[in-house]
Amino acid sequence: MRFLKESKQFLVVAFIIYVILKALFVFGVASSYIQQIVQYAVIIALTSIGLNIIYGFTGQFSLGHAAFYGIGAYTSAYLTKVLGIDSLFSYIPVLMACSVISGLIGFLIGIPILKLKDDFLAIATLGFGTLVRVFFDNSDKISDVLGGSRGFVGIPKITNLELVLFFTLFIIVITRHMINSRFGLFWRCIKDDELAASSIGINTANMKLMAFTYGCMLAGFGGAFYANLYTFLHPSNFDILKSIDFLIIVIIGGMGNIVGTILASFIWVGFIEGLRIILPSEVLDIRWVVIPILLIFIMMWRPYGIMAKKTK
Amino acid sequence: MKVLEVINLEKSFGGVKAVDDVSFFIEQGETFGIIGPNGAGKTTLFNLISGIYTPDNGKIIFKGKDITGFMPYKLSHIGIARTFQNMRLFGSLTVLENILSAVLSKRPYNIFQAVFRTNGYTKGEKNAYNMARELIDFFGLNEKADYPANSLSYGEQRRLELARALATGPSLMLIDEPGAGMNPKEIGDLASMIKTIKDKFSVTIAIIEHQMNLIMNISDRIMAMDFGEVITTSTPQEVKKDKRVIEAYLGEELD
Amino acid sequence: MEQISYILQQVVNGIQLGAVYALIALGYTMVYGVLRLINFAHGDVFMLGAFVAYFLISKFGLPVYLVFILTMVSCALVGYVIEKVAYKPLRDAPKISLLITAVGVSLFLEYFLSLKALFTPNYIPFPRPFEIETYDLSFFVITNVQLLIFIITFISLFILYLLIYKTRYGIAMRAVSYDKETASLMGVGIDGIISFTFIIGASLAGVGGILYGIAYPQINVFMGIMPGIKSFIAAVLGGIGIIHGAVVGGLIIGLCEVFVSAFLSSTFRDGVIFIILFAVLLFRPMGIFGKRIEKV
Repeated sequence: MRFLKESKQFLVVAFIIYVILKALFVFGVASSYIQQIVQYAVIIALTSIGLNIIYGFTGQFSLGHAAFYGIGAYTSAYLTKVLGIDSLFSYIPVLMACSVISGLIGFLIGIPILKLKDDFLAIATLGFGTLVRVFFDNSDKISDVLGGSRGFVGIPKITNLELVLFFTLFIIVITRHMINSRFGLFWRCIKDDELAASSIGINTANMKLMAFTYGCMLAGFGGAFYANLYTFLHPSNFDILKSIDFLIIVIIGGMGNIVGTILASFIWVGFIEGLRIILPSEVLDIRWVVIPILLIFIMMWRPYGIMAKKTK
Repeated sequence: MKVLEVINLEKSFGGVKAVDDVSFFIEQGETFGIIGPNGAGKTTLFNLISGIYTPDNGKIIFKGKDITGFMPYKLSHIGIARTFQNMRLFGSLTVLENILSAVLSKRPYNIFQAVFRTNGYTKGEKNAYNMARELIDFFGLNEKADYPANSLSYGEQRRLELARALATGPSLMLIDEPGAGMNPKEIGDLASMIKTIKDKFSVTIAIIEHQMNLIMNISDRIMAMDFGEVITTSTPQEVKKDKRVIEAYLGEELD
Repeated sequence: MEQISYILQQVVNGIQLGAVYALIALGYTMVYGVLRLINFAHGDVFMLGAFVAYFLISKFGLPVYLVFILTMVSCALVGYVIEKVAYKPLRDAPKISLLITAVGVSLFLEYFLSLKALFTPNYIPFPRPFEIETYDLSFFVITNVQLLIFIITFISLFILYLLIYKTRYGIAMRAVSYDKETASLMGVGIDGIISFTFIIGASLAGVGGILYGIAYPQINVFMGIMPGIKSFIAAVLGGIGIIHGAVVGGLIIGLCEVFVSAFLSSTFRDGVIFIILFAVLLFRPMGIFGKRIEKV
């Protein structure tokens, strides 16, 4: 079909990987822990692609991406638990709702704050992210099932490999179509020189908002899958550290590079979980010390190469 | 017909009047030159006309329509294009992409057509591509079409900026110091290129330039500015002889 | 009558908190002034101040004035090192790289100290170096802790004022924040001035940390995050890069926080601060004392 024609190569490779993974899962080679990690990596890839559109392509530095991931997660958790969703069929509308809500909030926040430049956009998104986290911490005051700082338990488990993988592939195809069209081109123009972009007729405010909203929608999808995979949510999963995780993945994978983001997601998740397996539990916390150091080194090593945005 | 009318335009920055009660008009099809020493307010004037700044006072009328305070992208759609003194290309994009972005700014297809790859999308992209290639050909950039813009030579970059501006199909082109940093031969080529552009694309041109031989050669009329004000607006011969213009460039008249 | 008393009491409490925020905000605003950088790690220097003081008091039982001096010196040193090691190499790099590095430094400080071998992520009680005395002024009460905060903050601001406006270094600092290149062409040693700025800012944050620890005696390695963000918001509110803006902003934020807590609920306390941030960024991004910036 014409819709899939452009991404043929990519999809074939993805399908082969799926078959291999499925075989590993079905024949019990991969433990249920590994199965969960693989699905988690796909979720992270999906969400990071969203941030890549916002930052990697359009150059908008957001430190609050985890907030939209969390909004999707809590929305799905609430709807699936309260409405008693258990089948795939009835899950689809919930999934859509999560993405729409995350996207809508992103849109509303974006209208005012995307006018801000670099550092102030960073603070504004950081502030929003912290606000959302505080909201989650106090969520039990709104509805007890949300759990507040105790966490949200008892979420129905709906996510499985097929669902998350095929859905993500579908989103990737759509995203590639957007990128390889005037929209992706305009995003890259804005990142290079916003003033010049507006001078040649690009409605930069609209294009920036579109990128931001789309990225938040993807985060909403990711969060929903996450909630229905791990069946438990805690506000601390959606703080600045999580936003930085996504940022690291976009940077390592290459800004404006979708395949790179996917690879980086798997490498990153593998690295974090791998440390969990290798290191004895007493030393485990070293992870969180190593990660910032790594981040600093990446910045020192490739301040220009990875960061393509010019400062005028 | 007057393509552009500027009436009593004023713009200040922190107490300094960059543009002080400037009025002039540009006839359709003419080449209108703007000269003046550095800091005279010429580029600020362009920024005001192209929507980057909003004037404190005054009006800008384009083809009979009041466009004062319009946003840059809207002015581009209406038919005003510009190049920048310091050149603002999309450095990491290829030559082709630079021009394509300007052509596609006319929005030949919407997001649904793009996502679902409909006929509307394919046609829109094909037309845009052909138009872009025509321009690349006209400006002699065929060899470098797939190279990133920041890998081009200075002269090639200047041509690319002109090409990109023309790609929006403007009626009025504001060209800001295209001759900066060029040797006499390149300036000669530039002069004939601007003349060819006018003929082929039927655009009205406003040009800021310091290279006197270039601007005197190609302009139908010239406006001289200093300290944000208009000194005189006349034919090149008249302006050349005007005492006030000479004073502005050389400072106080020597006794 | 009781209402007025209650309000006055909240004002006193608000100034107490606001004074600490002001001390931290000064560091943010000065560094932004010279480097156009938001030093995300600044809130953690504040935290370090509290921890160094804790360490000095509980392990060595030093007298209060010595604790202040040593903590200030330690924080100044940390500020200096951070700038030299993490920020200086990236001075010409794209702004985003600096931002991300600053975030990295912040996280590193927090998580390093939170290791089980060091301070752990738990709350640690801060030892009170003296007994609390309350003075009843009929309309409101004031404690010796609050008086200490007011006095120390006032002294710090006075010394800062002398430094900025009466010494060569201060003049140089202001020159650098106006125009770095021209200042260096005029013979100002940029590196030295930047270090100077970081050292001053870090010392003040350290003082803030000690005062905070005395006033709210539960410290924790993550304690710098929220006060750090709020102090930054205070700096933006007053006008980023403007010294008196940071002080006024800090006081306003402190008062807001206390009043919202007292009259609405503590749940909305932090939310209101962020609403202030958005309001400032949208309607008056240059802050109370800032001048309008025209886009180029």
